[in-house]
Amino acid sequence: MSSRVSRRAMLRTGLTAAAGVSGLAAAAEIARRYGLIPPDSGGLYGVGETLTYGSQHLLMTTRSMAREFSRSEISKVAPVNGDPPESDDYQQLLAREFSAWRLVVDGLVTKPASFSLTDLRRLPSRTQITHQACEEGWSFIAEWAGVPLSALLDVVWARSEARWVVLYPFDEFWDSIDIAEARHPQTLLAYSMNGGDLTTGHGAPLRLRVPRQLGYKSIKYLSRITLVDSLDGVENGKGSFSPDIGYSWYAGI
Amino acid sequence: MTTPNSQENNSQRTDEKQARTIMSAIAPSPRHPLLVRVTHWATTVSVGALGLSGLAILLAHPRLYWGEVGVVGMPALIDLPLPFVLTGQTGWGRSLHFLSAWAIVITGIVYVAGMRRAHFRWPLYNRRQRHAYALVVFVVLPLMVWTGLAMSPAITSVTPVIVTTLGGHQSARTLHFFGAIALAVFVVGHVVMVGIAGFRPHVGAMITGDLAARKEGA
Repeated sequence: MSSRVSRRAMLRTGLTAAAGVSGLAAAAEIARRYGLIPPDSGGLYGVGETLTYGSQHLLMTTRSMAREFSRSEISKVAPVNGDPPESDDYQQLLAREFSAWRLVVDGLVTKPASFSLTDLRRLPSRTQITHQACEEGWSFIAEWAGVPLSALLDVVWARSEARWVVLYPFDEFWDSIDIAEARHPQTLLAYSMNGGDLTTGHGAPLRLRVPRQLGYKSIKYLSRITLVDSLDGVENGKGSFSPDIGYSWYAGI
Repeated sequence: MTTPNSQENNSQRTDEKQARTIMSAIAPSPRHPLLVRVTHWATTVSVGALGLSGLAILLAHPRLYWGEVGVVGMPALIDLPLPFVLTGQTGWGRSLHFLSAWAIVITGIVYVAGMRRAHFRWPLYNRRQRHAYALVVFVVLPLMVWTGLAMSPAITSVTPVIVTTLGGHQSARTLHFFGAIALAVFVVGHVVMVGIAGFRPHVGAMITGDLAARKEGA
């Protein structure tokens, strides 16, 4: 009698555990499929990163627009963090005012290509006055103009299996964004700031602008863009240089 | 919430006092419910982690502004007499801050949901204690979540109104700082009061739940 009960209890416990484990596995699979897990989801802090990224990803749509401001609100002071790349190739391009510079776009695209600044200026453009908050706490408002990344992805025929856009600059701060962020209308490859060409301090000749994330995500000095379906094999496998210095990959906070 | 039980319908203060006396007389060994004890210590750990990581983030730029923008070279609302610490303390600072923010929000939801049923023996506390606890739980902590989310560029893209109503991004940051100071004052006051009333028995009661031990120990 008692052994029957305990067998039944064991069976029930076993079934519950199996249901729990498969439920968790299913939840993880659904989260992965809907892109709710950031590439740096490991460890204790990864729990917080995943909750933040996953919930914000669910809340945001392509119509969730970073606030835009009027010309009169543009900040008079726009501080610069970090120095331009010291590498020879960047310095040589800078010396010739980036006439020989090209942006290479490859990976999961049907028509890989490279673009000069003139090529990029011929593509559809967008101008926006947005707020940029540095992770340190200070912030400013500036006007940015450039090619919506989405428009560039259309030019190279981005393939449907591409899930991440990896961006390589001339310095070590490579980064990546998910395809939803890449397709957002305010995500720009900016070549102009406050009506003039980008200065070297602000990322000449071309920088990323993702106004729905902290400033450090808008990397400068771009040289190459690659589309991938997984970040596992890319560099450190965490989607960005940021986790190497203790910063999170996602900066929507 | 302040009415101790259904028999004491007149919520006048003398009646309340009487009711409390009666309650402590008929309930010889009242206990902090398990839910209260667990959420109390989860909150303690979260608030500690939030304070520490918040300080690490603040020290990267210990100046406060009003409005949308603020940079060195602009007049500050408050120039805190603290050093600028730019040695990469904000990375772990943010990660720990948001992890513990999730922890305290989840804890808060569990506490408030459980409180509706258990009433949490709030009648055991005096009027000032009840006011202080209610202020922290229902006013200060929600304001911290609000002003915190108002600094998130992702969240403000979904609901810009949470930052525009505060007067801008830097205003939200400044209000978040004032909220942190209010919480710090509460925590210090709370610990001092527990110390005056008897530290060991009161902390013991919040661990084991046994409130009766307080009287003997103090």
